[in-house]
Amino acid sequence: MYDVEEIRHDFPILEREVNGKPLVYLDNAATSQNPRQVIQTLTDYYERHNANVHRGVHRLAEEATVAYEDSRERVARFLGAPDSRGLICTRGTTESINLVAHAWGRKNLREGDEVVLTEAEHHSNLVPWQLAARETGARLRFMPILDDGTLDMEEAERLIGPRTKLVSVIHASNVLGTINPVERLAELGRSAGALMLVDGAQSGPHLPVDIKALGCDFFACSGHKMLGPTGVGVLWGKPELLEQMDPFLGGGEMIREVHLDHSTWNDLPYKFEAGTMNIAQAIGFGAAVDYLDELGMENIREHEKQLGAYAYRRLSKIENLVLYGPDEDRTGLVSFSLPDVHPHDLSQLMDEEGIAIRSGHHCCQPLMRRLGVAATARASFYLYNTEEEVDALVEALVRAREFFGAFVR
Amino acid sequence: MSMMRELYTQVIMDHYQRPRNRGELENADIEEHLLNPLCGDEVTVYAAFDGDRVADVKFGGRGCSISQASASMMTERLMGKSREEAEKEISGFKAMMVGEKEFPEMDDLAALKGVIQYPSRIKCATLAWTAFRQGLQIESRE
Repeated sequence: MYDVEEIRHDFPILEREVNGKPLVYLDNAATSQNPRQVIQTLTDYYERHNANVHRGVHRLAEEATVAYEDSRERVARFLGAPDSRGLICTRGTTESINLVAHAWGRKNLREGDEVVLTEAEHHSNLVPWQLAARETGARLRFMPILDDGTLDMEEAERLIGPRTKLVSVIHASNVLGTINPVERLAELGRSAGALMLVDGAQSGPHLPVDIKALGCDFFACSGHKMLGPTGVGVLWGKPELLEQMDPFLGGGEMIREVHLDHSTWNDLPYKFEAGTMNIAQAIGFGAAVDYLDELGMENIREHEKQLGAYAYRRLSKIENLVLYGPDEDRTGLVSFSLPDVHPHDLSQLMDEEGIAIRSGHHCCQPLMRRLGVAATARASFYLYNTEEEVDALVEALVRAREFFGAFVR
Repeated sequence: MSMMRELYTQVIMDHYQRPRNRGELENADIEEHLLNPLCGDEVTVYAAFDGDRVADVKFGGRGCSISQASASMMTERLMGKSREEAEKEISGFKAMMVGEKEFPEMDDLAALKGVIQYPSRIKCATLAWTAFRQGLQIESRE
């Protein structure tokens, strides 16, 4: 039984007030809140086990190393990765994609090669490829978005071809809520001899993810959007690919032998973990996926699906409010705009009522251009949000419109 | 919504709903486009000089009430000014927005005082002014 009130008790921050009103936190696509279990894990680590990993033979170093590696195992299992050797700890999705763009892209892309993305990419899955393309002479191609916010699969089939070396797409859109058919895209890529990268920043936290079933070669996601601390994320890559790739960053831990004029590399995954990692955060990430596991991703998905549909239904009844993205098969977020109130002003007025929403381009400027807007407002839900909070949002939106409307009359 | 009344004053909303000097200028001496990377808002400012004086100034683009109202006020403020005076106005305004200078009383600009307590919105208020300054700098180089 999914008891949202019970779940809310695990999140201390949900008890606070903003401007004298209970906090209604609807900016989960930007970052999620932490349950006590994660916060406690961080505290325990710093109070009892803090040491550098893989380096010392003293007790604390052993404990920290075990906890760090244990967390890697749990995250790998949580994501359905075939093995944990390919699971590299990074700073987050952005760093994970940059790692691939550097260590795989710069080595393997040539002039005339193509990297196929969508029009709805977050800047983190666009700019790294622009940089790699500039350096290698490869070309970026974009699968278009249909007016309903879904991917144009006919065009996708046309675009993915013999020149394609990589298909790299967001699993779920942080603006539209669209869930892309990544399994199908991976198939198309495979039959064209291309690799597939899935940007799971918005799917890892919200959908049951099974990397094996996706059929991808790389998968990236961020801990802080999945109830974990900031500063930690992962890249999973097929070990045989990772082995062929050059290191991303050089330094301690990623080496086997260092001479003055050359070095050899450590085994996977350590080859890609140079320097001291965000150890506490990585261990906190492990506690976060434990929490998600306990609730069950299927249950979380069901809760968010219902909440998202409820929000979509209620918002669509507000006169002239424009909703973006498909009306079904979406994640639990809604982007919208009101013609007479700019999204920036809207989120300021929401803040006055203790409601945290996001406004702006959501790091998707090309998608904003495609939608013909400079900015949208976005409410993004998570496992602890309730229908009452959606009601609070809807009522506050109506008041905001009245507030702005009063000046027009 | 009491705090909101301090931010969204009648004066700001008036400039937002009925912007002064909104539009384009052909053959302008200054035409500067600026994007607020934070939110995607954009502004273009145009200015035509008669000798050293701003003979006409206009702005276009899209943005929130704060950025649009501030752009509208700027056009009124800079009309007829010399380049040096315009530069001074811009520096003065930017100083006001970081609390280093008093807002003039009995002036529309004073309505923007409330923005200071919302640091993320200060960039909205200064967007058009920054664009005008950039335009002046580019013009002086040419």
